[in-house]
Amino acid sequence: MIPTPAPGFTESSGTLESRPPLAQHPLPVLLGAEPCVCGRSAGPPPPRSCLPPRALHLPPLCLPTQGQNMSLSVLEGMGFRVGQALGERLSRETLAYREELDILKFLCKDLWMAVFQKQMDSLRTNHQGTYVLQDNSFPLLIRMASGLQYLEEAPKFLAFTCGLLRGTLCTLGVKSLVTASVAALPACKFQVVIQKS
Amino acid sequence: MAVCVAVIAKENYPLYIRSVPTENELKFHYMVHTSLDVVDEKISAMGKALVDQRELYLGLLYPTEDYKVYGYVTNSRVKFVMVVDSSNTALRDNEIRSMFRKLHSSYTDVMCNPFYNPGDCIQSRAFDSMVTSMMIQVC
Repeated sequence: MIPTPAPGFTESSGTLESRPPLAQHPLPVLLGAEPCVCGRSAGPPPPRSCLPPRALHLPPLCLPTQGQNMSLSVLEGMGFRVGQALGERLSRETLAYREELDILKFLCKDLWMAVFQKQMDSLRTNHQGTYVLQDNSFPLLIRMASGLQYLEEAPKFLAFTCGLLRGTLCTLGVKSLVTASVAALPACKFQVVIQKS
Repeated sequence: MAVCVAVIAKENYPLYIRSVPTENELKFHYMVHTSLDVVDEKISAMGKALVDQRELYLGLLYPTEDYKVYGYVTNSRVKFVMVVDSSNTALRDNEIRSMFRKLHSSYTDVMCNPFYNPGDCIQSRAFDSMVTSMMIQVC
């Protein structure tokens, strides 16, 4: 159930105005957390560009729980299905993918341009089935890029994109395993390991 | 114009097969099945060719006395096979290509449907109506 934003809630204003708490909001009350300026009891205050009310405020030092692992794999599964459909739609014109490297170049250029309106910044390989794709300013991480506060939680936001890469590779006939890592926001690296069957 | 249209998955099982129901359907199923060998042969021959010359449309796979069989393969190794009547000589290569392109774009639409699981049989009404329009056309 997605709660609708409270009336009068404006995202465009840069400042956070105090509002009455959203009574029907299903956010969990985290013990020992400071109340947010917005009036919601939540974890760390959201960054300057205020997050929409349905965003989850995770505590900074959360241990991976069973539920969280499952939600990450659900997200990855969704990305996988979207990647399969996109792989079908974007690679329509020519039967030009003779080697794995061509397929990876298609991911870096065409897929990234279609989804994020920019190309991948670098592609490296060890020529033995492992590729590292690096994006120096990943659009989904830009919003939390100021400061180190969200560095530990950033990889969770990349689960969908890992699934996207894996799904597109699957449609093009390549079984793979994709993981993501964040060294410095907003740059991130996706590691693709081709599984040889 | 087409007498039988089939969509075959990467693993070589049919996702969709439909023929004009006036004749023995099993005969068409058999023809599509035997044409898969020719498709595989063409794909492996294409693998050795230069990148520029590789195309999705495979052309005439093999002619029989009554029918001609055409093939098309996508980047995801999904094959489309079309059987047309030999007596219909007005059918040109360009028209077959455009029919395959329409099939390809309808198949892509089916794939993008979030309620469709890749690998299932295709049960989309839009796809059915597109194939119907290809099979009953003014000759």
